[in-house]
Amino acid sequence: MAALDTLKNAFRPDRVWEFLAPERQILVEERNNLILYVEDVTVSFDGFKALNALNLYINRGELRCIIGANGAGKSTMMDVITGKLRPDEGIVYFGENINLLKLSEPEIASAGVGRKFQKPTVFEFHTVFHNLELAMRANKRVLPTLFASLSGEQQDRIQEVLAIIGLLDLQETMAGALSHGQKQWLEIGVLLIQDPQLLLVDEPVAGMTPQETERTAELLTSLAGERSVVVVEHDMEFIRSIAKTVTVLHQGSVLAEGSMQQIQDNAQVREVYLGGD
Amino acid sequence: MTISMSAATSTMSMDTRAHKNPLLLPFAQDSWGNSLLFVLVVVCVLVIVGNLVVPEGSALHVPTWVVTLVGKYLALALLALSVDLIWGYAGILSLGHGAFFALGGYAMGMYLMRQIGDRGVYGNPELPDFMVFLNWQELPWYWHGFDQFWFALVMVLLAPGLLAYVFGWLAFRSRVTGVYLSIITQALTYALLLAFFRNEMGFGGNNGLTDFKDILGFSLKADSTRVALFVSSAMALALGYILCRWVTRSKFGRVLVAVRDAENRTRFVGYKVESYKLAVFVLSACIAGIAGALYVPQVGIINPGEFSPLNSIELVIWVAVGGRGTLYGAVVGALLVNYLKTYFTGVLPEVWLFFLGALFVLATMFLPGHRGNTAAQAG
Repeated sequence: MAALDTLKNAFRPDRVWEFLAPERQILVEERNNLILYVEDVTVSFDGFKALNALNLYINRGELRCIIGANGAGKSTMMDVITGKLRPDEGIVYFGENINLLKLSEPEIASAGVGRKFQKPTVFEFHTVFHNLELAMRANKRVLPTLFASLSGEQQDRIQEVLAIIGLLDLQETMAGALSHGQKQWLEIGVLLIQDPQLLLVDEPVAGMTPQETERTAELLTSLAGERSVVVVEHDMEFIRSIAKTVTVLHQGSVLAEGSMQQIQDNAQVREVYLGGD
Repeated sequence: MTISMSAATSTMSMDTRAHKNPLLLPFAQDSWGNSLLFVLVVVCVLVIVGNLVVPEGSALHVPTWVVTLVGKYLALALLALSVDLIWGYAGILSLGHGAFFALGGYAMGMYLMRQIGDRGVYGNPELPDFMVFLNWQELPWYWHGFDQFWFALVMVLLAPGLLAYVFGWLAFRSRVTGVYLSIITQALTYALLLAFFRNEMGFGGNNGLTDFKDILGFSLKADSTRVALFVSSAMALALGYILCRWVTRSKFGRVLVAVRDAENRTRFVGYKVESYKLAVFVLSACIAGIAGALYVPQVGIINPGEFSPLNSIELVIWVAVGGRGTLYGAVVGALLVNYLKTYFTGVLPEVWLFFLGALFVLATMFLPGHRGNTAAQAG
């Protein structure tokens, strides 16, 4: 099996053999404070460059917002980081020495990158409690899972996360019966319980009521610090309420980066995205 | 968004209770399933007493043909159970599960053929009749070992299990899902149908394997053997049910449901979805193989017709009628539809296929426990 995998990997049609590929130098010296290091990443679909030499550096404990018009490459970037898509070129490092381009989706998830999808995706036919139980850090191979049972410590951890996402009273409810906002929080809880070092959150407040949005802003702000959080969002009000640093994507690369104020004052950004807001 | 501390302490999930006695897990909160197991035990006792103890002319006597017929239904119910395990819980709709059933049946059939010995039409102690007829001089290598019952039993599990492993490994690794998977499982069973039709394969070709004499030294014609086969089928069904219930109640089972409802989410939560699908697919194929092995001695024949795609589709209908994702529903559906089949093909043979079609349409539209494709393939 392992040998087959190696062979399969060696003949991937979408990649050059490593010894043929040009040597890549890592340009930033101070990698040690970075949790995510994305450099020169290019992804093209039939000639259309969804990502064009994208650079993105996320510090430990940072809360970063990423904005960009439709097709700017936000979701593609998420796909590359979580292993759903392999870039044509570029480097993606997690922490100091984990090369994300060599790992599969479950391996990346286990390494500590959690992703929240745009559409809330929870396990609808499981209770809130079981949603968290499934996501919890554990040996996730087949046999250990078959014989798994929860320790008291794990029970406590689930209760702890339930409290953070505010669903303690609803733990025996089927996730499918939750409101849209509650599902979003449950999904954040599902990420949280895996103790990720990096949370990728795709449009967390889409379709939420103002109160729910406010509550989500609090939740995400409280999560940053201990872990890094990257939020992709369209809602400018929401971004204003949480953002310290904002990155603007445009046509697959970074157009501008800075505080909300700097971004709003940036003439280029106003032109392509904010539309003279 | 206030946090209620009482809820945190008072809520004790089902896992905690079951954790205290894991052996009771399959029976907790499953009144339908427990009733089913109870009924199986009662029926076994009735059959043993009614057929072997009560004398033949008595009104309470259970005729042997009824024992065999119901025994056959029980084997088919076990097959339906195996389909519900993958379809109802993991969302894998296999339209070729009859293939695993037939392979298990062939393994048992080969053992029964070897048991005939020199009592065949040609009286050849070394070769089964059809090989003598084809002018074969010696036993093909893959027939060796089948004169041993234990070897046949191993093959009953191994042949379907191995096929499921290879097929599943290729299919799931390539992320073939939904309708596409159903179509290739259909192709799989059709390919096997064609292969087993060939005389050169050495499995009796068109006629299959039949004319069995005895099993473990007991004559297949004896009432006591028939009753023993019936009881074995009932026990296999009961054990199969408990096993499936235990698997679906475990965390593994919850991962399967997660895969069914949101495959991508499951992957990003850190589960290797392919391994889970493969594991449950192989388990299900082995159960189907056992069902086949119990079916063959009771009907007395196994031929390539069992690989027919239509059979596999029909068995999905049994599960749909009983309600997928419940396990006991699959058993009830299989018993009900097969009883109706026996009845209709006797009374109104030409109506049966229309009836079967109508049943499937109605089951998908109205019965509980059925969900649209949207939820099954979300994410």
